[in-house]
Amino acid sequence: MRYVRKVIAIVAKDVAAELRTREMLSSMFVFSLIVILIFNFAFDLRAENQKTLAPGVLWVAIAFAGMLGLSRSFIMEKDRGSLEGLLLTPVDRSAIYLGKMLGNVLFITVVEIMILPIFMVLFNLPADVLPPLFGVMILGTIGFAGVGTLFSAIAVHTRAREVLLPILLFPVVIPVLLAAVKLTAAILDGVPFAEVRNWFSLLVAFDLIFLALSFILFDYVLEE
Amino acid sequence: MTRNDRLTAILLVLAGVLMIVAVVLVFGVAPDPVNLQSPVERFSQRIFYFHVPTWWVGFLAFIVAAGAGVLYLVTSHERWDVISLSSVEIGVVFTTMGLITGSIWAKPTWNTWWTWDPRLTTAAIGWLMYIGYLMLRGAIDNPQRRARFAAVFAIIAFLSVPLNFMAIRWWRTIHPVVIGSGSADAQGGFSLGPTIRLVFFFSLFAFTVLFFALMALRTRTEWLAREVEHLKQRIIFR
Repeated sequence: MRYVRKVIAIVAKDVAAELRTREMLSSMFVFSLIVILIFNFAFDLRAENQKTLAPGVLWVAIAFAGMLGLSRSFIMEKDRGSLEGLLLTPVDRSAIYLGKMLGNVLFITVVEIMILPIFMVLFNLPADVLPPLFGVMILGTIGFAGVGTLFSAIAVHTRAREVLLPILLFPVVIPVLLAAVKLTAAILDGVPFAEVRNWFSLLVAFDLIFLALSFILFDYVLEE
Repeated sequence: MTRNDRLTAILLVLAGVLMIVAVVLVFGVAPDPVNLQSPVERFSQRIFYFHVPTWWVGFLAFIVAAGAGVLYLVTSHERWDVISLSSVEIGVVFTTMGLITGSIWAKPTWNTWWTWDPRLTTAAIGWLMYIGYLMLRGAIDNPQRRARFAAVFAIIAFLSVPLNFMAIRWWRTIHPVVIGSGSADAQGGFSLGPTIRLVFFFSLFAFTVLFFALMALRTRTEWLAREVEHLKQRIIFR
């Protein structure tokens, strides 16, 4: 229980810091909106059926916005010198990982909740796709932020910093994005769940494997 | 000449001889596959004896790098970092050759240099991942930190390989699967006769020996480079 309280304390710290400025959430939201708009009119010129592109557009927007949030996640700690403070607190390194990871999942989810209505309006989608779509979004976000938090901690200690993060992260999370796009497409097309069950399993398996792995490896990243 | 140097020399000579024999076998002994009709297809099929082994070496190199990464994190011994770095560098060279030889084969067989077939896509992504590994190393100054981060990344990157394999099975692929059961939609596939099989495994063996010879050379170069760096520091701070 005490471990859980420590994790929650770290999440609460990130939430409190974010609520004071709201700079990360607002920039992630506006950026994802721009991505969706750009895709919308870029594809509008050529594509026959815009709806077939919707899942890809949604996930590219989420991935790009999430990348912004992830790269800020540890740069914020490092630049204000609070990373040393965090390391000095009597908590396990894994608790720091879980706290930062949950914070990132939370922020990306908030952005998703904000862009989803706009996305549905632009692509003219029915409202009943919302619940399963949201489930896929949460699973995809956990996989993305799970490795992303670990890589964010790695990238912040390099010379290139935020430039390096997408180069490291995108190739690794491609299975997550693929599975999420496939599942989103299935939901929008009304394909029965049984037909895309293996993609669902892949997404869950990726989440579990990479969360566990990042949880273990995080110790070595912050070993100073 | 130390014992290690002698071993490296023997490996290199062995790899050279085996490669020459492999080339002779591939062009002189291996028969044409029976089911390929056009002369172009029959001719370009021979790249298979080099294309598959280059991917095998790339795969092997990335396994070695991930294994060395685990051992580095457990022991913090510099040896494993040298092995991990050397292995990834060799792996990137061989997977690059794999992508190029694949393209050369694809042009006459599929009539395109590149297609977004899942197997090709995942191969390209894997390749990019290890380019990322080298960039990550280049962006960190502190040697211990560089070794630690590289080890963590090598382990994570390697876990994409099983997901790679799943993707091949689930998507419809046009890439031939010659070893084991393949997709019915594959174009340019062929069955392995006994002689073809023999030549192929000989070539695979030659490439594997070449990998170890290159590893011996590359790790030796890396140790020397680190020694030079160390001596430089000693002169500067004397």
